This record gives sequence, structure tokens and C-alpha cells, in this order.
Amino acid sequence: MTYVMEAKNVKLKYGDFEALHGISLAFPAQKLTALIGPSGCGKSTFLRCLNRMNDDIDGINITGEILLEGKDIYNSHIDLVGLRKKVGMVFQQPTPFPFSVFDNVAYGLRIAGVKDKELIKQRVEESLKQAAIWSETKDSLQRSALAFSGGQQQRICIARALAIRPEVVLLDEPTSALDPISSAEIEETLMALKQKYTFIMVTHNLQQASRVSDQVAFLMNGELIESGSTQEMFLAPQKEITNNYLNGRFG
Amino acid sequence: MNAKKTNRIAAGVIYFLVGIVILLLIGIIGNILITGVPHLSWHFLSSESSSFKAGGGIRDQLFNSLYLLLLTLLISLPIALGAAIYLAEYAPDNWFTQLIRTTIEILSSLPSIVVGLFGYLLFVVQFGLGFSILAGALALTFFNLPTLTSNIEEAIKGVPQTQREAGWALGLSNWKTIRGIVLPAALPGIITGVILSAGRVFGEAAALIYTAGQSGSTVDYSNWNIFSPTSFLNIMRPAETLAVHIWKVNTEGIIPDVNVVSAGTSALLVIVVIIFNFGARALGNWIYKRLTAAKIK
Repeated sequence: MTYVMEAKNVKLKYGDFEALHGISLAFPAQKLTALIGPSGCGKSTFLRCLNRMNDDIDGINITGEILLEGKDIYNSHIDLVGLRKKVGMVFQQPTPFPFSVFDNVAYGLRIAGVKDKELIKQRVEESLKQAAIWSETKDSLQRSALAFSGGQQQRICIARALAIRPEVVLLDEPTSALDPISSAEIEETLMALKQKYTFIMVTHNLQQASRVSDQVAFLMNGELIESGSTQEMFLAPQKEITNNYLNGRFG
Repeated sequence: MNAKKTNRIAAGVIYFLVGIVILLLIGIIGNILITGVPHLSWHFLSSESSSFKAGGGIRDQLFNSLYLLLLTLLISLPIALGAAIYLAEYAPDNWFTQLIRTTIEILSSLPSIVVGLFGYLLFVVQFGLGFSILAGALALTFFNLPTLTSNIEEAIKGVPQTQREAGWALGLSNWKTIRGIVLPAALPGIITGVILSAGRVFGEAAALIYTAGQSGSTVDYSNWNIFSPTSFLNIMRPAETLAVHIWKVNTEGIIPDVNVVSAGTSALLVIVVIIFNFGARALGNWIYKRLTAAKIK
């Protein structure tokens, strides 16, 4: 199995408080890895290390290595813009910009310096199709993205992340602000997109993790307790505590 | 006393107090409008003010007020925008930015007559600008900056943090995120803030008496040469505004129809400020709708 991204002994400190105690985890290509664990266990913090979204927090100190295609993303030579083009992100709350659907999806491309109008148009259509929102937006591409429903907005945001053709897409509880029907639609979208992209998803929803993920990593109190294939983790976890969590004995 | 009764009494007291405020407002605005509006006529709006005889208008004062407002906004908006972006997006939380905030608060509570005298000493005397529209605009900038800055800062801070993160996650630099995403999202709030502060500036008198001056020199509206002393666009000419005019005719006016002129001028001033306020809300809503809802080409 090939790994696109690999975290090696990642530790994160806010001042004197260590929030992540050395996490090592590899992310297989074209698979969906789910990060699960109780609230405050550090799964979102860890996820945000993967595209360096934690950099600007006061007093933060991150050690260890996170390799993307063999190169450490925390190396001082790395270009943040380039990194985030390769590692896209979708957030818990849909975050469409106050522009039209078209401009939202095209934004990343334009920022990346793509001038060719035909290419942008083609890429916007393709991304909206991939995010399974094309049929609902194709007649109203010039409409503000904010005029759509929450689930539609989230899929527009997924399209926006896909438009710049990232290697990896980070998903921070992408369905927790959505109703069950919209959530199910997003899950379907992700299942289809797994052929092309590598996903890393934080989720509180264990059923969701079991439905869509290929690999599961269980974190608790800033530590990686256990990781493995979804089937193994849900049917026969190595550790008692993982078993207890997955069976809803604590949460 | 039982809880239900206490609740009723508290609500009653609150309604009573609100009633006083509303009554005062209606009383003042109603009085100004009722006494003033009958005197408003095209003749009043379009003719020059008179020094001795009855029947003068307020054409120049109205134009001066608008022109001064425009100049003030031209000077203060860029400064306030920059300061607000700094305070909302870049400023670290330390003693220095605390000092800036405190300074802004003090500046915003400065009596406008003090701003006027300061402007007189600095711009009129020290810089040799004389009584002029420019000196008045600079004094009004001092008067306007603090409110405008905090209005814009609030508008920028009102943009959800998730919007910024979404920008960074697309690989945008901090500045590009601010310019491309945060500012457009804050635009309706910024415009509302600008227009509301414009209403304040429009009605200001004390800061202008010693800076923009009062003597309404002859103004020629067909003279487009801004360097000519009689041109309506000349920023170095003294200019009396509506608010200053009200003050002047009441303190040193010798025209026989003082009451008519000041009532009409007051009504006009209030009407313009009301238009600004409603206009601010309407424009803010309109822009917000443009940004958020249907814009089908």
C-alpha cells in the first residue's frame, strides 16, 4: 500500500501544555482515514497540523515530522501556499464565500494564477460534478453561494477544495452541522471521490466512520491509542479501551 | 410579593421608561419638523442667504455641508479603514494596542468645541490654511475618525472566523484573505458605519465655527476652476454649513426672519440626517442581498 502522508512522532504544545503526545500515523493513498475519539482528545488539533492551520496560534510548538510525498511539511523551505494546494480542507460549518457559486469554486484557481477562462470554466464544472452538486447549481452558477441550503453549501465547499486538484482533503466533521439527509448525500459523495483523492476525516459519528472509512485511528487524551483497518477496528480491536469506546460504553 | 407580580411591575417600569424616551424623541423631531417644514420651499433651498433682509435662503450652506462631508469622508475613510483592519486583523493583544483603543475612546468622547479650537490653532493658524473648507474637513476628520474606525472594526470583526480559515486553507495569504474575502463580507456593515458617521458629521457645528468659518463669501456655481476664490469647488474658501448657519442666525443674525430661517434650516438638517440613517439601512440590506441572494444573469 502506498502512503501519501505520514505523521511521525508529532507532538504539539500550547505553552507548557502538551496537547498531542507523539502521534505516528500513515495515511494510505485513495483511502478515507477516520480520526475518532472523545471530545477534546486532540483529533481536530492533529488534523489541523496536517495543513499547518495551527501555525498562527500564540505559544504553539509542534515537533516531529509530517511527510507529504516524502518531504517534511514543517521544513522551513516549504511554501505554505503550495502545501495547502496539495492538502485542501473542508470545515465543520459550511464556509462559502459571499460570492457566486462559480466564483467560489474558481477562487482557488484564480489565486493559484490560472488565467485561462476556458480551463477555469471546465474545472468548475468538473469539480461541481465531482461534489455531486452540479445538477442543483448548473442553472444558477451566478447565484450567491450563500443562497443555498447548508448541505448544498457544504458540497460547494467540497467542490471548491477539489477545484485545485489536491492530493489530500482534510475534513473536519464535515456533516455535523447538517441534517441526516444532507449528511447521507455528503457521505455518498465521499464514497465516490475516494477513487481519486485521499481523505482524512474527523468525525464524532461512529456509524459514519464505519460506513465510509477504510482506516480508523482512535485518539484519546492526545494519544493515538490504536489504528487499523475499519473492519478490524470495529470487529476486533486490539485494546479493551478501543472496544469500549466503539461500543458506546463511554463517549 | 410573588414572582408573577414582580415580573409585571418590572415590565411596567421598563415600558414606562421606554415610553419616556420615545415621547421625547417624537416631541423633539416632531416639533422641529412641524415648525420647520412649512418654511421649506424651492426658493428657500435655491437662493443665497441674506444678511439684512428677510427672505434669504440656504443654497450655499446646503452645498457647503455636502461638500465638506464629501471631503471629510475622502480624508477619513482610508485612514479609518486602515486602522480598523489593523485593529481587527493584525493587532496583537498587548499594552500598545490597548493604548490605541483607549486613545480612540478618548478621542471619540472629546467635546467637538475642543476639536474645533484645536483645529483652529493647528490648521487655521499654524498651517496657515485660514478659515477654509480644508481646515474644516481636517477638523471633522479628527471628530469623525474614532467613530468611523470603531464602526468599521466592528463590521470586520463580525465576519466569522471560519471565513478566514477557509481562505487560508485555500492557500491564500493573510492579506489576500482579508482583501478578497473578509472585506467583501464586511462591506454592508462598513457602508452602514460610514453613512451613520456621515450623519453625525453633517450636523456638526462647534468643530466648524473656528475652522471652516462662517462668512458666506460669494460662491459662483459656474466657476469650475478650483483655484479661483469664488469657485464653489475651491477648498480654500471659508464655508458656512447648515448647522453653523443655525447657530449664526440665532446668535448674531440681524435678519428679521430669524425664526423662519432657523426653523427651516433645522428641519432640513434633521430630514437629511434621517435620510442618511434610513439610506444606510436600505443600502446595507441591498448590498447584503446582492452578496447573498439571487443574482441571476
